[in-house]
Amino acid sequence: MALLEIHNVTRRFGDFTAVDNVSISIKAGEFFTLLGPSGCGKTTLLRMIAGFDLPDSGQILLDGKDMVGTPPEKRPIHTVFQSYALFPHMTVADNIAFPLKMAGTTPDEIRSRVREAMDDVRLSNFGNRFPQELSGGQKQRVAFARGLVNRPRLLLLDEPLGALDAKLREEMQIELINLQKERGVTFVFITHAQNEALALSHRIAVMNQGKIEQLDEPSRIYGFPRNRFVADFIGKISIMNAQVLETAPSHLTLSVAGLGEVTAPSKEDVKVGDTGVLAIRPEQVRISHHAEEVELKNHFIGKVQGFLYVGDVTTYIVELPNGARIEALLPNSAPGRAKFFEAGDPVAVSWRHDAGTFLND
Amino acid sequence: MIKGNTKANRTAKWLVSGPPLLFLLVFFVAPSLIMLFTSLRLPGEFGGLAPIAAPAEAVHGEYGLTLETYQFFFSDILYAEIFLKSFAVAAASTLICLIMAYPLALLIARSEKRFRNLMVLLVVLPFASNFLIRIYAWMIILGPESVFSHFINAFLGAFGIAPVTLLFSPFAVLVGMVYVHLPFMVLPLYTNLEKHDPALLDAAQDLGANAWQRFWRVTWPLSLPGVFSGAALVFIPVLGMFAVPDILGGTGDILIGNLIKDQFLGTRDWPFGSTLSIMLTLAVLAITGLAAWFARPATIAER
Repeated sequence: MALLEIHNVTRRFGDFTAVDNVSISIKAGEFFTLLGPSGCGKTTLLRMIAGFDLPDSGQILLDGKDMVGTPPEKRPIHTVFQSYALFPHMTVADNIAFPLKMAGTTPDEIRSRVREAMDDVRLSNFGNRFPQELSGGQKQRVAFARGLVNRPRLLLLDEPLGALDAKLREEMQIELINLQKERGVTFVFITHAQNEALALSHRIAVMNQGKIEQLDEPSRIYGFPRNRFVADFIGKISIMNAQVLETAPSHLTLSVAGLGEVTAPSKEDVKVGDTGVLAIRPEQVRISHHAEEVELKNHFIGKVQGFLYVGDVTTYIVELPNGARIEALLPNSAPGRAKFFEAGDPVAVSWRHDAGTFLND
Repeated sequence: MIKGNTKANRTAKWLVSGPPLLFLLVFFVAPSLIMLFTSLRLPGEFGGLAPIAAPAEAVHGEYGLTLETYQFFFSDILYAEIFLKSFAVAAASTLICLIMAYPLALLIARSEKRFRNLMVLLVVLPFASNFLIRIYAWMIILGPESVFSHFINAFLGAFGIAPVTLLFSPFAVLVGMVYVHLPFMVLPLYTNLEKHDPALLDAAQDLGANAWQRFWRVTWPLSLPGVFSGAALVFIPVLGMFAVPDILGGTGDILIGNLIKDQFLGTRDWPFGSTLSIMLTLAVLAITGLAAWFARPATIAER
């Protein structure tokens, strides 16, 4: 049985539907992420799981028990807030002890559990400090410890890494993965940062306008986006209008205006004549000097329009004869060299027959 | 923070803090010293003060410096009683103001932003009319012929209790004190409560705290600075207040404020009036010091 079941949950504010008939089932021990742009309904959904808001219709079941009518303080669910919400008048130790005190744990037990929790987040010597004396990363770790100390069935994390700088964020991501593994607590994480979601989660639900666009493992979300929104929202992707010419068990043949025939991996629910887009990731596109005139599938001649150097890789923007732009990515293996092609260079771009995805309109 | 180690910074610091320091020096330290000096002198024959040095022409009367007024203060238990009674009235007024003001301040702080300023305006609105007029209005409200008095006595009569006189009683003094000083408690409390981060209450609730625990463990401790400034703004003025006991109190309801006022305006004994003022200032300083000591941030080691 799933730990948390969300059944057809809808929440409206006036005429605005914040959460629109969402169903999710989360397994015990899972690191589950709700990913979406701001205003997509992920925070509303989180608040309903925590109990701060109630669904207009639908059910939220924890361990098979309906949570409607159980106030937040009675739910075995704790939250790590975006702003951390540490109590400024309490020391680190008192902050972490708070949920235990509320639960009526004995003082001896509180002392040992708090010590253990502080060790877990590497803050053993910070018990007497006040939150305002801590750095952002330390505050973050206190918030994690406070959320986990009373062993909740579910820990909700509301964009907890949003306020940290990039380097610290990466460190905290690794720490968060380890913490979750050690503690075995189920995490529901919300974020608008797609790379964070991909790095941390067992499964991701991509949300947009109150609905779930796709729910899957990170590699499948990235590799096989189900629609244009998911493809666009997660990672970089080049998109060209296409129409289906032929469907075979192994592949689809598409017609792309100005390019001719292109193949793409086969997909269910696609019929001959369907229109849509061909979407392809920059790292799947090979770019080379166009010296060799070969007649291959998915091989086209274009011109470098521009490039974007970010250190480890350079992204080249190539204009194809049909006017479409495709991005290709090359690792910068030669030290001190920012690019292998200049703007205006004629180049060949190609991709494997199993790269790219056709997305119906 | 600006580190004050360059010369320009030091000059700037003095320029900024100089005027208020000067103000305090001229209008607080100097008068206090004058009062201290006055308390050591002898009263003049027709009010005012007697000369310190022997006058040139041989006039009868006393002159010089003396500690007599302090001796007088400590020799009569009456003064200690009046001090104690005044402190009791001040403490009671402060407590009642706190109990009445806290829910109101919390209500204002948690209502919608656009209504808050209006509500604060309503709290300070009584200041728009004269203080004495408002106190005299209470004479009418508490007077024997008022609807309020009739209602109270009818209520007491139903239980077989003899009718009471509300006016010219310690009760009337307390009502007046609380009425006058209530806004001074509401405003600092509101200013404090308004700044609380609502996420803290969500966090407390999320971590298992019920409504009472959320108040007692989060809202109340965070509001203590507001409670202390409100208490100071009520307690200290009540101690010195003489108009309310004069108008609403009976003959027995004399407080320090009345006593000091009488020394200057009635019996014209300036030195003793100054002595009483100095004793009052010392007592207030002692109490504030004690309060600050108890309110200091506690650390784990001391718990």
